[in-house]
Amino acid sequence: METKTLLSQSGILITIFLILVPLVIAALLVMIKAGAVIRNYRRRQALAAFNNRIKSLSPAELDQLQQRKAELEFSLQHNELGGTLEAADRKGLIDGIDTSPGLHFIETKKRAQPKHDMPPELVRLITWYLGCAVFWLVFGTTVGEYLGIKFSAPDIDHVPWLSFGRLRPVHTNAVFWGWASIAMVGLAYYVVPRICNTAIHNVKWGYHTLLAMNAAVVLGSLQLMAGVNNGGGEYREYTWPVMVVFGGGILLTLFNFIKTIGRRTTREIYVSNWYVVSALMFLLVIAFVAYFPAWQNGLGETIIQGYYMHQGVGMWFMLFCLGLMYYFLPQQLNKPIYSYGLGILAFWAQILFYTLIGTHHFIFSAIPWWLQTVAIVGSAGMIIPVIAGTTNFLMTFRGAWNKVAHSYTLPFYLIGIIFYFTGSLQGTAEAFRFTNLLWHFTDFTVAHSHLTMYGIITFMLWAFIYTLLPRLTGNEPSQLAVGAHFWLALIGLLFYTIPLMTGATLKGMMWMDGKPFIESVVLMKPFWLWRAIGGSLMWLSHLVFAFNFYVMVKGRNTVQTPESAIDILNAREQMDLQTI
Amino acid sequence: MEFFNQHTKLFGVALSLFLFLTLIVAILPAWNNQQSNKPLPGAHILTADEMEGKKIYIANGCVACHSQQVRNVDMDKVFGDRPSIAADYAGIGRPDLWSNTATLMGTERTGPDLINIGRRQPSMAWHLLHLYQPRAVVEQSIMPAYPWLFEVREKTGPDDVEVAVPEKYRSGITGKIVATKAALQLVAYLQSLKQQALPDGSRPAEFLYKKEKTISADNNGNPALPDGAQLYTQNCQSCHQANGEGLPGAFPPLKGSPVVNGDDVELFVNIIMRGYDPRPEYASMPAIGSINGLTPEEVAAIINHERSSWGNQAGPVSPDEVKKIMDFILLTEKSN
Repeated sequence: METKTLLSQSGILITIFLILVPLVIAALLVMIKAGAVIRNYRRRQALAAFNNRIKSLSPAELDQLQQRKAELEFSLQHNELGGTLEAADRKGLIDGIDTSPGLHFIETKKRAQPKHDMPPELVRLITWYLGCAVFWLVFGTTVGEYLGIKFSAPDIDHVPWLSFGRLRPVHTNAVFWGWASIAMVGLAYYVVPRICNTAIHNVKWGYHTLLAMNAAVVLGSLQLMAGVNNGGGEYREYTWPVMVVFGGGILLTLFNFIKTIGRRTTREIYVSNWYVVSALMFLLVIAFVAYFPAWQNGLGETIIQGYYMHQGVGMWFMLFCLGLMYYFLPQQLNKPIYSYGLGILAFWAQILFYTLIGTHHFIFSAIPWWLQTVAIVGSAGMIIPVIAGTTNFLMTFRGAWNKVAHSYTLPFYLIGIIFYFTGSLQGTAEAFRFTNLLWHFTDFTVAHSHLTMYGIITFMLWAFIYTLLPRLTGNEPSQLAVGAHFWLALIGLLFYTIPLMTGATLKGMMWMDGKPFIESVVLMKPFWLWRAIGGSLMWLSHLVFAFNFYVMVKGRNTVQTPESAIDILNAREQMDLQTI
Repeated sequence: MEFFNQHTKLFGVALSLFLFLTLIVAILPAWNNQQSNKPLPGAHILTADEMEGKKIYIANGCVACHSQQVRNVDMDKVFGDRPSIAADYAGIGRPDLWSNTATLMGTERTGPDLINIGRRQPSMAWHLLHLYQPRAVVEQSIMPAYPWLFEVREKTGPDDVEVAVPEKYRSGITGKIVATKAALQLVAYLQSLKQQALPDGSRPAEFLYKKEKTISADNNGNPALPDGAQLYTQNCQSCHQANGEGLPGAFPPLKGSPVVNGDDVELFVNIIMRGYDPRPEYASMPAIGSINGLTPEEVAAIINHERSSWGNQAGPVSPDEVKKIMDFILLTEKSN
């Protein structure tokens, strides 16, 4: 396979472009930082030269300067009009003056909004959801990290329960159904009642759902490690009793949300709720279609597998997160969404095109050719909702770009949106017949699923959690730790995906050339090592995130003496109450 | 629009649209495929042991790295004789109440495709050793080892199948390493994976995206032979090893072998094309040349590679000579 012919393929060109987009943005960020450092350095040089010059000033020159100084320093006494009485700020207009400039090692970002008045039982529920999600993130990615190591050290253990084939679905399912799903539902318990301007229908049902979801992931993981699974369809490895438990939980929450929306005090249903409720409904449909046995014999299983795999991603994770994005992004930027209509267009286009593309995982296989073609056409159609969504979010940023630099949450939003654009369109490019030929069955798929499930979904969820939790608990994480989390995760993801995509392309070309299979394994070894290194950075960032979560929930255990007038009065009141 | 403000209608419409599309692109095609395809005549039905082996294959998640499908593209030709068709999977149903139909088509090839592995690598001895420790047969392999499918015994009984594990991979085990029933069942399943020939008269689909064949010539103007070393890696190396020394107790060495270095080209070609099993101390050799559809040029290239590597110094054979012998083999096989 010639490099020249490779570069004449539109699918390849699109992919290269899409990989370059985040790289260029990262490079720009680095250049801006570097520019500041260089400018500072030049100023210091100029200062040194200046210092040398003023050492040799003559007395006459000094006199002249002194005189000019006196002239410039002349000022009014400021009491010429107002007299000499002390001024008082009777309306409390000036507040929060910081008179002690801290050490500016890193830039201080804007603080989170003050704590909201929320029913404490709902706050507790949401905190439980997010806590469980964080646990599954750490658990699932620890397993993933171990799997990544196994590519470089296949004999690291010989324990049946830890063998590669059994652990791989433990990793994927734990981060899907444990981390992402639980976090999304937990966040929705805040968003849905909030935009309906009413209380949640039933808090208790929320706990039932949480219990069901957790039980499903625990049972499912144990079964998988014990060698009990559903027959090998990817992401469909949990057996049906486990998925019945999971689905039952989802059904309860769906009912809960619809009841809440039914008694909303706003007239319109804000578009977030369209996405969230639809995602819950569709997940139940998808799970039913995937687990009901009537149409699963022979190739039926494969057609359903393609449908399931992709709808799970697009109609559950993506749809749900987009819904949350339509709420949290305008909130955090403090301005309305750019176009409500574009959000509605994206909603219907997502349902229409995404549903069609499932079988693009089985191009050139024995499933009907027309179905493969429909999948390819649908993949191209995905351009509409993706561009509509990306445009909408980026245009909402317009005029507020300066906020990105002063916020520790907005970078998460921005990366999530960029990967939403590049990751989704990369999926489209992969579905073309030639690129599929080159990349299918290689590690490119693994890189793509991490660009999307991690780059889009996980980054968005982090953005939402960092936005919401301080508002619920009143505790903020250390800005330095959030920064460490962000950069470790982003750099780790790039280290993870770019070597895998490069190696996979070379691997595909090797296969097309008819080289012996084992040569492609040898070829991949250095790329797999890079993947393990990137994976380690990502994993490390999750530990930092778990720590930040703990801080946001428990608060930093510092004893604070009340300073503001309100706090002092409150403290006094408390004291009086206690003495009574 | 008022419609957007009525939640029951809005969600009802969204759900209906999704259900309608689901019906069209998933449920109906799936159901149609299930109803309208039947297994090919003479298709192999898994025996009880093979079925148990398949369950072990499923339980250990082998599908994570091994696909079971030949796509209708040229690059997949190494894994099977013809593209897979719906009928190949038509006989597969649910193995039990708890798990779904397992066509095991797969989406990832970290390891090679296995749809035709029973034909490409029929040797039980090879599979058992490979399962016990993949790196004992394929040095660069990253496949997990499955030692828990084997037992260590002091003495072997008459029905026990012992695995000849090289010293390097025994990790201090002095007893005899014997395959458990599960290992034998798994191998039985792998051996059963063979592409079923199409009924007489029907032609398989074409392989698409054919590689352009470039024919180069050597100094004398004769067409040059294909790359023998590469063909050796593809067809012979997993047993006879890269250093040509084979594995003691399992696969004989080619280095210094009287057959490889001898003058009896007919015997050599016959072994490659029809298999060989005269020596009880070694596993039997499959008819690898016929199974993989090697051409006379490719067989000649492999022979010449083997005759000139690892210190072997026998002279080359010509493709014409090989072709004559292969034609004769074909003739005798037909007349049988």
